[in-house]
Amino acid sequence: MRFHKNLISAALVVMCPGLLLAGTVSGKVTFTGTPAKPKSIDMSKEPNCAKAYTTPALTESFVSGAGSTLDNVVVYISAGAPDEKAAPTQAVTFEQKNCRYTPHVLAMQVGQELKVVNSDQTSHNIHPLAKLNREWNKSQPPGTQPLSERFDKEEFIPVKCNVHPWMRGYFAVLKTSHYAISKGDGKFELPNLPPGKYTLTAWHEDYGTTTADVTITGTETKSVDFALKAKAY
Amino acid sequence: MLKLNRAKWMSLSLSFLCCALPALAQETRVDNLTGHADAGKKMYQRSCIGCHGVYGDGNGENAAWIEPKPRDFTAATFKCRSTPTGTLPTDQDLYNSITRGFTNSNMPHWDSLTKQNRVDLIAYIKTFSDRWKTDKAGDVLKIPAETPVTIDSIAHGSALFQKLECWKCHGQAGRGDGPSASTLTDSKDNPIRPYNFSAGTDDSRFKCGAANADIYKIFMTGVDGTPMPAFADVIQPNDAWDLVHYLRTLQINRHSKENEVLRAAGGKIPKVEIKDAAPATAPAATPEAQPEAKPQGGRR
Repeated sequence: MRFHKNLISAALVVMCPGLLLAGTVSGKVTFTGTPAKPKSIDMSKEPNCAKAYTTPALTESFVSGAGSTLDNVVVYISAGAPDEKAAPTQAVTFEQKNCRYTPHVLAMQVGQELKVVNSDQTSHNIHPLAKLNREWNKSQPPGTQPLSERFDKEEFIPVKCNVHPWMRGYFAVLKTSHYAISKGDGKFELPNLPPGKYTLTAWHEDYGTTTADVTITGTETKSVDFALKAKAY
Repeated sequence: MLKLNRAKWMSLSLSFLCCALPALAQETRVDNLTGHADAGKKMYQRSCIGCHGVYGDGNGENAAWIEPKPRDFTAATFKCRSTPTGTLPTDQDLYNSITRGFTNSNMPHWDSLTKQNRVDLIAYIKTFSDRWKTDKAGDVLKIPAETPVTIDSIAHGSALFQKLECWKCHGQAGRGDGPSASTLTDSKDNPIRPYNFSAGTDDSRFKCGAANADIYKIFMTGVDGTPMPAFADVIQPNDAWDLVHYLRTLQINRHSKENEVLRAAGGKIPKVEIKDAAPATAPAATPEAQPEAKPQGGRR
């Protein structure tokens, strides 16, 4: 009888290890060194957008919270992640609003649907400067349907609007579903990790990447912090 | 012993197959001609290598003195296409570009080469990027028959020019001096100017062909690698012809049907309101035959 019980629980562990033994990696991203100060953006050439701001909008390539924390860092499993069966059916959305990109950094899986929405009363062109994926460039006048696209290779792609040169965002196209983007306090969390050895990569648009190895053995939360070296220019 | 030999033969023939397949992928077809990369390589070394470079990356020895920069074939991004933005051009598109040359750049027209030479060259150019092995050319844009040139068509095209904000880069008079013009860069971060419609008295300054259908194609498929986006998703086919007719009137020094119609109407374009655009649908018309490119004027 005991043997049978053991067998059942063993089978359960084999069948759905993610449910029974799921570890979490959480941590914080900070920067070292002296970062360049965010610059204010002159939107006077686009009155439709300028009117949305009482104080000038700031560039978003460096966003930080208290205690040298760093935002907009993509933390993902770059090695050791279980294979993804298929891209999620739910689309991710990239919004153009008040001549800014929301979010500034958007992560998605290879093959996942990307919807691009124009909420402004002005035309934008969405131009992902892809190198490994196809580089396309489409106009999206106000009031048009959201654009739908997909990328089929892993890549960090800068996105720009040529009409409004201050608009700059990033697509992080990843092979894994285990990713997070640090927000507000530099914190991130990667839940539901089955036991295994993983390499975590933290990516920032200007400060590059850094990696850390972590081993998950069961239901546990491992803490991994990243420190990226800031650039002064 | 026999088994080993068989295995050896298997792997040998497999490796032959692997070598043969990419070569096949680099074959090109234009009309009834088939191009071959090995023949194209000789032609490339004689005529193209100085600017486009040994590796096809646009870093030939002349490249430093050339503006705009020679095309980087390793990126497989091409300006003049009949295919959607982000997709590979057809063999005919590349053939037309070589034949036509790029006016106002250092790329001359290559009608001095035989048709077979040009088709071979295209096959060789395709060896510089693996994308030609994995991707196919995009679907050719369907261009319906041109609508009549009328003042109403020009007026509607003018309203579209405003609504689609073409003027942001090209300027209200199409002189390439819109508010965003000075900030534009291509995908390699080199400064680039929007097209100035008003300069010149002929069509020679159009990069991707001088016919009305070519202008239609340019804004519908976009000029990849530059700030010019594709409008195929947001302009209806008939609206696109109206825009072409209006753009022709921006070529103020050029004799055209459009300018005649405008003059007959007293030189004034009536103001029209545009209803909110419905999502674009594919035109019912059959694709127009791709006309063979004519070399354009300009310096050799």
